[in-house]
Amino acid sequence: MNVFDVVVVVCGVLLTLGALLAIVRAEKGPSMLDRTVALDIVVTTMIAAIALYAAYYRRADVVPLLVVLSLVGFVGSVTVARFAAVEPEGEGRVRTREEVAAEEAEKRRLEQEEEEARRRRRRAAEDAATADAAAAPEPAVDETVAPSARETVEKTPDDEHHGGPADEETR
Amino acid sequence: MSQDTWGTVADVASIVCLLGGAFFAFAAGVGALRFPDLLSRMHAGTKPQVLGLILVLIGLALRLREGGAVWALLLVAIFQMLTAPVAAHMVGRAGFRTGKVRNDLLVVDELSRDLGETRPGRTSEDA
Repeated sequence: MNVFDVVVVVCGVLLTLGALLAIVRAEKGPSMLDRTVALDIVVTTMIAAIALYAAYYRRADVVPLLVVLSLVGFVGSVTVARFAAVEPEGEGRVRTREEVAAEEAEKRRLEQEEEEARRRRRRAAEDAATADAAAAPEPAVDETVAPSARETVEKTPDDEHHGGPADEETR
Repeated sequence: MSQDTWGTVADVASIVCLLGGAFFAFAAGVGALRFPDLLSRMHAGTKPQVLGLILVLIGLALRLREGGAVWALLLVAIFQMLTAPVAAHMVGRAGFRTGKVRNDLLVVDELSRDLGETRPGRTSEDA
């Protein structure tokens, strides 16, 4: 075993330990940005490990890999930082299976309630419309809008169709 | 001295650089795990990390000793030095704006002070 073998083993152990510690930090969080920083460290450690491999076997052909990886790591952390939002307390934790199931059930229940309420409202509106039609058969026409455009004019634009507001985005 | 001696010198230098770089990468991992808040973890993820990577790349360049490969390694080092500050700046800014910075650990907080001056009534919490 020559000197360089020993050096490569020592460096490999150090790099592996560093990457493992960073992965532990990525698992613990507590926020998305902490994870981004930790994963950035993992990517850079990977670049160092590939460089170590290239140094051991004297291979110059893996050098382009290093260029590509260094760019990929940058794009990842910048993207996550750009879309970082305010997270409620405890949100960044990795949830257990039971917690996820309870959350899903709650969401489904809320959706059903909303659907029920919407249906009830629509039925009430239909009843009112038939009552109105019996009372006044000719609906008033808005004269400020050209006749050809009347069909397309909405009374109130609803959130769903114009995209809605961007919630909690960091600018 | 002969060509062979210079080769040995370069190999020894590359061994030193590789060991130093691996140590700094390890230090970055330890820092990321042990530091208390986002900004100090970011410090561990940028400064020792970039220095460690550059040392490893110097070690690799001394070992390869080929023109083309060395230029590509220089490119990697320049990319790292350009992108690490940008990424760290964006992470720090997003962290500050979304309240992930622990104010009790800050020695100087000029951003909160300036924000308080320009927009009275606002604190660092909703900056």
